[in-house]
Amino acid sequence: MSGALEQHLRGIRAEGRGAFVPFLVIGDPDLETSLALTDALVEAGADVLEFGFAFSDPPADGPVIQAADQRALTAGVTPPAAFEFLDAVRQRHGTPVVLLMYYNLILQFGVDAFYARAARAGVQGVLVADVPVELAGGLVEAAERHGVAPIFIASELTPADRLAQVATRGGGFVYTVARVGVTGEQAELAAGLPATLARLRAAVDRPLLAGFGLSTPEHVRRVRAAGADGAIVGSALVRQIEAHLGDRPAMVRAVGDLARRFAEAAREEDVRC
Amino acid sequence: MRSEGTFGGRFGGYYVSELLVPCLEELEAAWLEARDDPAFRAELGALLRDYAGRPTPLYRSGALSAELGCAVYLKREDLLHGGAHKTNNTIGQALLAKRMGKRRVIAETGAGQHGVATAMAGALLGLEVKVFMGAVDVARQRPNVQRMGLFGAEVVAIEQGSASLKDAINEALRYWTEQVRDTFYVFGTAAGPHPYPSLVRDLQRVIGEEIGQQLAPGKPTAVIACVGGGSNAIGAFAHFVDDPDVQLIGAEPGGDGVATGRHGATLSAGRPGCLHGSISYVLQDAHGQITETHSVSAGLDYPGVGPEHSHLKETGRAEYLPVDDAEALDAFRWLARREGILPALESAHAVALARRLKGRFGPDDVVVINLSGRGDKDLDHVAKLEEAGR
Repeated sequence: MSGALEQHLRGIRAEGRGAFVPFLVIGDPDLETSLALTDALVEAGADVLEFGFAFSDPPADGPVIQAADQRALTAGVTPPAAFEFLDAVRQRHGTPVVLLMYYNLILQFGVDAFYARAARAGVQGVLVADVPVELAGGLVEAAERHGVAPIFIASELTPADRLAQVATRGGGFVYTVARVGVTGEQAELAAGLPATLARLRAAVDRPLLAGFGLSTPEHVRRVRAAGADGAIVGSALVRQIEAHLGDRPAMVRAVGDLARRFAEAAREEDVRC
Repeated sequence: MRSEGTFGGRFGGYYVSELLVPCLEELEAAWLEARDDPAFRAELGALLRDYAGRPTPLYRSGALSAELGCAVYLKREDLLHGGAHKTNNTIGQALLAKRMGKRRVIAETGAGQHGVATAMAGALLGLEVKVFMGAVDVARQRPNVQRMGLFGAEVVAIEQGSASLKDAINEALRYWTEQVRDTFYVFGTAAGPHPYPSLVRDLQRVIGEEIGQQLAPGKPTAVIACVGGGSNAIGAFAHFVDDPDVQLIGAEPGGDGVATGRHGATLSAGRPGCLHGSISYVLQDAHGQITETHSVSAGLDYPGVGPEHSHLKETGRAEYLPVDDAEALDAFRWLARREGILPALESAHAVALARRLKGRFGPDDVVVINLSGRGDKDLDHVAKLEEAGR
């Protein structure tokens, strides 16, 4: 049985359009602005909201997200405060929420307590950036106990045996790496993406959302054309936060405007041949 | 992976981005194969002997023996080519990189010793070398930065975070994630994701094996070593772990004193968590954010520690005690005056701890201190501290 998040994404696919999933670090640059930015993303057409909890040492992230983590930490955002933020988001919007986490924050919160609290905040899926699928047994159990989808990453480098574990243990969607590396904007996408997506599609019957390095609406069209069910965009939006730190209203407008262009690119009629 | 790489089922593992798992798998397989290959072992053994100068002497220190009232030996890793035990590891990993067909190696470095040792091995074996080093460390370890340049390595100064060792590791992990196909990551300490804690221990265990041979038919009462990430300590300990008669004692960087919060005594003051790919003791705040550390010695200035040390601590097989900056500086000067040996500030922590433990040992006891590196690199830093009145 697949969960609500997967059903939501399958529904979008059935409409012949792609899902747009923007990413923000909670509390970047502060909690109040994060809420305004979230409103702008929803208004721009976000299909799912992905949020990160700031971590001091995020080796899977490039410089833009690292700096966002630092801004949130400087603003004093803790995991309990981040959950209160998610409670507020849930009161304002019905858009599904997923989290991108680093393992140590979950360990220190307490694994079961973390997923219980996430579920209470309405979180539908959690991806832990530094826990590979074969070591995720305890996390998967806790996630399922609380009705949260355990999301895993797959890339062109993931071999068949581990892809099979992503298929059996995972939920929600497969976070498909559009480019081998850390998060961040890129001029070019991996040439092998269509082949990677086809291989994943054959191995895992679950929506495939592409992320890592999608910096322009054109990239979103290209990953859609390559066979992805949607696109996750983080660094490009977060860079707008960085560029407008001195002017919050301008920041919210810039993030909203850019998000709208990404959302429109994702929504274009099915471009796959 | 053939193994989850845990120690006691609890510490270790390979908690990294999905993108790095295939190359850790490749590394584990290559290492298991090389380790059992007589040709690889012979090549490594010959280089360690003829190029690096193994075995290193085990020197009976008259001054320390008189001070402690027992036989005290210094394992002279400071005399190894490159000036520290790091060479054991980098030659081994660089040979492995070549065997795996990688043309570029990367490394993180704190004090610069691991960077120098990697640059040296790269020059020796014809590999391109890129070293990630915190900007703070670049400033306080100039001579090692110059050495790396002379060996043809590129040094990348990291400004993020505390601009120290942990940030250099984060950056090296990011670079590796980007360039995973043709790049080998020469990890400097017995920490990080599996298989590194085991791989580095296997390459460093020669230290303890030689101590065993050099003292035979006797054996040590205690082996004392400094612990940052913990590679020289695990190298000195590994051979004796199964012999309960041998006390294993680690000296952690106490900085300004553990009570001040300005220190790097991970096992003394941290708690289990996940940092840089493994579960181990970590210095962190209540929510799991990694805290910034302080030590007079750049090589010990690290908020994590190798997972095997966490296991040895939890099982009580080894004990770990903090040594603060002032004590370490005092031991640095004391050994220079009394023995004509300048220890690295890292190794001075082990010397200081041995001196503090005077009274624990009797006349028949044999204490071995692993003098993991030489102190020439620290002269500028110590001179500045002296100007500042320390």
